[in-house]
Amino acid sequence: MKTTPIYGMMAEFDSPSDLVAAAHKSHEAGYKKIDAYSPFPIEDLAEAIHCTNHVPLVTLIGACIGGLSGYLLQYWVAVITYPINVGGRPYHSWPSFIVVTFELTILFGGIAAVFGMLALNGLPMPYHPVFNVPRFAMATKDRFFLIIFSSDPNYSPAGVRQFLESLGPRSIAEVPS
Amino acid sequence: MADRMEDVEVENRKAPVIEPGYTFGTVTDKISAIVLTRPTSTGWFIGFGAGFVLTMMMLFAIGYLVVKGTGIWGINIPVGWGFAIVNFVWWIGIGHAGTLISAILLLLRQSWRNSINRFAEAMTLFAVASAGIFPLIHTGRPWLAYWMFPYPNTMNYWPQFRSPLLWDVFAVSTYFTISLLFWFIGLVPDLATLRDRSQNRAAQIIYGMLALGWRGSARHWHRYESAYLLLAGLATPLVLSVHTVVSFDFAISIVPGWHTTIFPPYFVAGAIYSGFAMVLMLAIPIRKLYALEDFITDRHLQNSAKVMLATGWIVAYGYGIEAFMGWYGGNRYDVFTLWNRLHGPYAFLYYLLLACNIFIPQLLWIRKLRTSTVGLFLVALVILVGMWLERFVIIVMSLHRDFLTSSWGMYYPTRWDWMTYIGTIGMFLTAMFLFVRILPMISIFEMRTLLPEAEVKAE
Repeated sequence: MKTTPIYGMMAEFDSPSDLVAAAHKSHEAGYKKIDAYSPFPIEDLAEAIHCTNHVPLVTLIGACIGGLSGYLLQYWVAVITYPINVGGRPYHSWPSFIVVTFELTILFGGIAAVFGMLALNGLPMPYHPVFNVPRFAMATKDRFFLIIFSSDPNYSPAGVRQFLESLGPRSIAEVPS
Repeated sequence: MADRMEDVEVENRKAPVIEPGYTFGTVTDKISAIVLTRPTSTGWFIGFGAGFVLTMMMLFAIGYLVVKGTGIWGINIPVGWGFAIVNFVWWIGIGHAGTLISAILLLLRQSWRNSINRFAEAMTLFAVASAGIFPLIHTGRPWLAYWMFPYPNTMNYWPQFRSPLLWDVFAVSTYFTISLLFWFIGLVPDLATLRDRSQNRAAQIIYGMLALGWRGSARHWHRYESAYLLLAGLATPLVLSVHTVVSFDFAISIVPGWHTTIFPPYFVAGAIYSGFAMVLMLAIPIRKLYALEDFITDRHLQNSAKVMLATGWIVAYGYGIEAFMGWYGGNRYDVFTLWNRLHGPYAFLYYLLLACNIFIPQLLWIRKLRTSTVGLFLVALVILVGMWLERFVIIVMSLHRDFLTSSWGMYYPTRWDWMTYIGTIGMFLTAMFLFVRILPMISIFEMRTLLPEAEVKAE
């Protein structure tokens, strides 16, 4: 018999408090490769599953590139490649370059924040194994899910199922990969 | 003081941000049903149709403009800026309230914003799009508008970065891009909700593509929240800069009545003033038509009214300082500009402006009016008219009589000016009608966070 590879084991909860508690317990029980799904952001949950976040760094880099390129572009145009002498005023008239520098800082920073966030999250990703669980459609409405990935060193189908059952979930499902 | 605090608390208790009794499920169902299951009402078709007809009128007016040139408008020498720039500044200003609500109130942790930010952001986008049309067609040769952007070209030419008009190109295009990103990023989790809720295959595919495969992972939410906050932090100085840069178009020139340092703050306050008026004019009928009084409560309307009162006074202060500096500065041209506003051929518009922007809005001090939707709607309409008049007064009344009496003139808008202006209102309404029909007009996931059950209880 051909068996489909398993992506993980998923438990469904009714409230954000249950999910946060379950995530903490999984971590204490030694399961490190876990994830949780909720219909809205939960600050405590991010702590419970130990997320990394490089979005601020990406945004800072984007904003710096935007500001620098904005200023250098104007300097290059106004001083080097297309200098226009207006009544003997200096070519490098930096106060009038501030606005465009500022706008490009914001523009590049904003674009970096959004696309950086999407890239770090691996989005867009139309297909994902968790969508194989029919009840997972409720994750965007009012249900809260916890998954223990099969890549976790402590993963064993029976052991994980037993552990998840001890958390008192509403349902448990195996997620085919 | 203690009594006053209690009064405020009583008022807040009376008007909650979201009516009690809702759960994650019912909030989701109620908002997504408007898009997914509710039959499209006749009223929607009438409103959309009216907006669409006006949009076609605008396209006709622009088509004729492209054929004939800007001579079909009322602009002339000395009044070269006319309706196009009046409408541009008016629309851009309206957009500002959306960003204020979505970004600044987010940073200030004003959670009441959660039920009005989505459509206020949509309003921003459509208002900025309407605004963008005007300088584009005002160039006279809109097909060459890309010359304003710095790119290597065979003409061996580069834009003039010392010009406020070029700053405007950068400010407005950045504003539009960031507003679009902010709006779309806010929509992604709700699009995933629609993807999972819809029964229709085509809708599932379209919403599914737009949702980018969002699955609500805690890791994703964590980065999402920080990107959203950072975007709000970037949008806050941006929105203040946009109307500042727009005011530089005037303030950096030497035209009497334009060359003043009060312009940037007074333009920004005016922008938020008119923007909140537009928010109210949209929110009041929408919450009635779609029975959303539980989500867009009286508290939202009251708060918007209070913001209008506050910004209205900043605008009034701006008018006062303009008049005072005209007189106190002693520059004969500035004194004349003031005289011309009070006694010149367009004086009635100046008095109408004072009535619309300063005197009538004082009715908002009356609590009864702040809680009456009809009253608020009418005051908002008056403010929008007033803010349009303000731009007309600034632009036309300063240009039509400047330094030399020999170069004085009068400006009268033509039918093409009116058709274009009213047409953009139609385009704005068309876009708003489409938006409320096909996208969730209230941010579902942010509404969920407002519910009491969203609180994580410690064990």
